[in-house]
Amino acid sequence: MNSYLDLFLTFARIGGLTFGGGYAMLPMLERELVENKKWIAEEDLTDYFAIGQCTPGVIAVNVATFVGIKQLGTLGGIVATLGVVFPSVVIITVIAAFLSNFAELEVVNHAFAGLRVCVCVLIFNAVSKLFKKSIVDRYTIGIFLCVLGLSVFTNLSPIVFVVCSGIAGVVIKVKGGIN
Amino acid sequence: MLYLRLFFEFFKTGLFAVGGGLATLPFLSAMGEKTGWFTQAQLANMIAISESTPGPIGVNMATYVGFETGGALGSVVATIGLITPSVMVIMVVSSFLKKYKDNKYVQAVFYGLRAASVALIASSLLSVVEMSLLSVDVYNTTGNILDIFNFLNIMIAIALYAAIKKYNAHPAVFLLVSAILGIVLGL
Repeated sequence: MNSYLDLFLTFARIGGLTFGGGYAMLPMLERELVENKKWIAEEDLTDYFAIGQCTPGVIAVNVATFVGIKQLGTLGGIVATLGVVFPSVVIITVIAAFLSNFAELEVVNHAFAGLRVCVCVLIFNAVSKLFKKSIVDRYTIGIFLCVLGLSVFTNLSPIVFVVCSGIAGVVIKVKGGIN
Repeated sequence: MLYLRLFFEFFKTGLFAVGGGLATLPFLSAMGEKTGWFTQAQLANMIAISESTPGPIGVNMATYVGFETGGALGSVVATIGLITPSVMVIMVVSSFLKKYKDNKYVQAVFYGLRAASVALIASSLLSVVEMSLLSVDVYNTTGNILDIFNFLNIMIAIALYAAIKKYNAHPAVFLLVSAILGIVLGL
């Protein structure tokens, strides 16, 4: 029972401390799940994000479900997911009930301008760690540059990148003798 | 009945919005028109609030819409509706992965996929940089190339990065410091 509580609280902490959604959660996940709890490795996190890109729903929820199942099975998946959404539900309900002008408050806007700078730096720091683990040879450098360039300059769906790079991975490995 | 509809509408959004958070927006916009639960102006307000509070934006939106239409219970129902498809899909994917994790082809797929995943995160980093460290709109009005850089923010970013490398404290500590800096310096 204790480990379910731990799972719930860890993900509630991640959900409650992430500002800006989606990728802004990456530094928190990295810190809590890889460094502190050691529940998963850096590569697992990259995999979960890749899968989250091409499966329905919110990426943070997908990652929570994955990690929860890995730790404690199906019930763990549900507990971790409820943990990650718990702070949002509480905070948003309070704001919706009492502070409908929350987003217009000047102090909130200044605080968020500051937060965005920090989110930027935190994501950079997290990406550079993932980069070292995933970009391991000239093929992966090639895939990285292609996807980065195309996603900046075109409107292609991330699903296209994920599917193509998966196929590329198989082609490269088969050519190099997979067996 | 309202709760059932809330659950169902958000279940649909969760099922079809692929790619996380902001991918839910077109669905929410259509939902507002169809159900009359909220106007487009209210939706814009909801987006602003969701972006200025912690947590995944899609979840924040569901909670907010749910509360506005059905009170506290509505917010819980809408959120559970949104996350149910994700949880089910990931359960299937996860059991598949567990079974075939050591398969050479599955490993080859992930070898390629990880590189793409890091690139996609890096590309979203670039848009965060554009939003927080550059002022493209100022440059567009003045035409002075130096105006594109928001020097104060860039200096804060460099200082934060140095501090992160030196102290290795929890990210929340740096977030708190930067929020205070934002208020004090009036960013």
